[in-house]
Amino acid sequence: MTAETMEAPAVAAPTATPPHPLREFWGYFSANHGAVAGLVIIIAVVLVALLADVLAPHSPYVTDTSIALKPPFWQEGGSLAYPLGTDPIGRDILSRLIYGARLSLLIGIMVVTISIVVGTVLGLVAGFFRGLTEIFIMRLMDIILTLPSLLLAIVIVAVLGPGLMNSMLAVALVILPHYVRLARAAVITETSKDYVMAARVSGAGTTRLMFKEVLPNCTAPLIVQASLGISTAILDAAALGFLGLGAQPPSPEWGTMLADAREFVLRAWWVVTFPGLAILVTVLAFNLLGDGLRDALDPKLKR
Amino acid sequence: MLRFILTRVSLVIPTFIGITLLAFFLIRLVPGDPIETLAGERGIDPARHEQLRKEYGFDKPVLVQYGIYLGRVLQGDLGKSMITQEPVLSEFSALFPATIELALCAILFALLIGLPAGILAAIRRNSIFDHGVMGISLTGYSMPIFWWGLILILVFSVQLDLTPVSGRIDVLYYIEPVTGFLLIDTLLSDEEGAFWSAVKHLILPTIVLGTVPLAVIARMTRSAMLEVLGEDYIRTAKAKGLSRFRVVALHALRNALIPVVTVIGLQIGVLFTGAILTETIFSWPGVGKWLIDAIFRRDYPVLQGGALLLGVVVMGVNLLVDLTYGLINPRIRHNR
Repeated sequence: MTAETMEAPAVAAPTATPPHPLREFWGYFSANHGAVAGLVIIIAVVLVALLADVLAPHSPYVTDTSIALKPPFWQEGGSLAYPLGTDPIGRDILSRLIYGARLSLLIGIMVVTISIVVGTVLGLVAGFFRGLTEIFIMRLMDIILTLPSLLLAIVIVAVLGPGLMNSMLAVALVILPHYVRLARAAVITETSKDYVMAARVSGAGTTRLMFKEVLPNCTAPLIVQASLGISTAILDAAALGFLGLGAQPPSPEWGTMLADAREFVLRAWWVVTFPGLAILVTVLAFNLLGDGLRDALDPKLKR
Repeated sequence: MLRFILTRVSLVIPTFIGITLLAFFLIRLVPGDPIETLAGERGIDPARHEQLRKEYGFDKPVLVQYGIYLGRVLQGDLGKSMITQEPVLSEFSALFPATIELALCAILFALLIGLPAGILAAIRRNSIFDHGVMGISLTGYSMPIFWWGLILILVFSVQLDLTPVSGRIDVLYYIEPVTGFLLIDTLLSDEEGAFWSAVKHLILPTIVLGTVPLAVIARMTRSAMLEVLGEDYIRTAKAKGLSRFRVVALHALRNALIPVVTVIGLQIGVLFTGAILTETIFSWPGVGKWLIDAIFRRDYPVLQGGALLLGVVVMGVNLLVDLTYGLINPRIRHNR
């Protein structure tokens, strides 16, 4: 898989017909090595998450205090049966990380899906109806944007009660304004264009205009923001988990794993190192992908 | 100019109302009886319950309740902590200097490294240095700082034994708070070594908190510089025969700094969020740790008041940034 994705496609031969948009997109995208690396990592994480049952050598939940705090295999006292060592109650760290990939991806995708759907609808409504509706929606979004995102998420979770579901909702709410703003701005630029006028003249209703005409034309910035949003979501949810407000133990969520391991930082470096590394690599991959997508999709940056 | 200031200041009012509304309603989402939530007295007798109901105005319509709440907030009455029975505002102001000290050091750290790195990366575009700076800054931007803190502790405190693990200063020292900023207070006091101890305690938290702003500032400086370096007046300046240093330092940098100032301002909000995590890792006695502790003690008045105060502080900083932006960039001032 790796070799295939890494290979840069041959530059399309100059022909009379323009290249297929997807082909053109790939041409721009693959020129950005960082973005391709990000994509490869993401594909790998997705595969690990999907195949967790096959890949994980142990159960992520079974505890065995007789093997507690075993170091990774290359250190004295470590064994290949527990390649990355075990945690304070004897669970295999590698297996927990593998299952944690599922949670992190689930969090990222769920959070961004919620915000995109709600945000796009709000943004479309604000952009189409203008007036009071718009002022109300946009002021509300401004207020959310004013508050530091994690602070707001923390307060919401503190009020609703800690847990994975509530932390996902909280993070979805704090990243919502980006999507609303994007969708609204796109709608306002698009509605002044001729094709919308043409559709309106031929009798298309507002709903049709919103979803069938305008929305497909403002997907590019939304896709870019979605990729960047997934990284924020994973990072913030992990931070909430670390503070004890997100997924609760014994869930193998990476941030929660770090919270459990915190007090062992002085004697077992591996229990804190690996979960954080997993978060960093995954978040970095989504940021690289997002940057690459932006460069490839943003027509202003194309020559 | 006056009109510009007035418009910007008036825009703060709806935001402030929004923040108070949020603080007001959020606390009502807490499952259970609001009186017990706010007064912190569980299983109280009916007469006292009724009295408190009146006192907090729960017998009135919601809008009136909000009015009462807003009136109290404007007078600086944010309720009392359920645990210590101290007014929320005075607890906040006692702890806030610690957070400011940390945040200032972090932003200074971010600026001292981020600005030169971004400028150099832009001048040597596409060099190894440029790619290196961009790679490192994207990594910094993606950094889970709560983990970064633990790793730094692991390396510098546990392995190398260079820095302390937690707190603001060694317990040996008792420093009379004058300004609340330990770096200044230790210099004022005649305790020997106290200043060094405070500095040592600051190093790791500063790096942890400064990492994300550093990454953002470096990236932003680079792209702002690149944009400015492509302008006609830079070519003119070069054509005039000015030295490379003069062109970059005087002509390009001044204009490139405009967007950077905005970004720095926006980072203040991010800093307070980061402070919550950083203070938790290093047991730094600031408002971030106070807020997290309040959550676990179910000290709702502190949570409500603390979040409101932090929100207002961030709002104030954003306003200041906006005004400064107008001052240094005449284009903004005259457009609206």
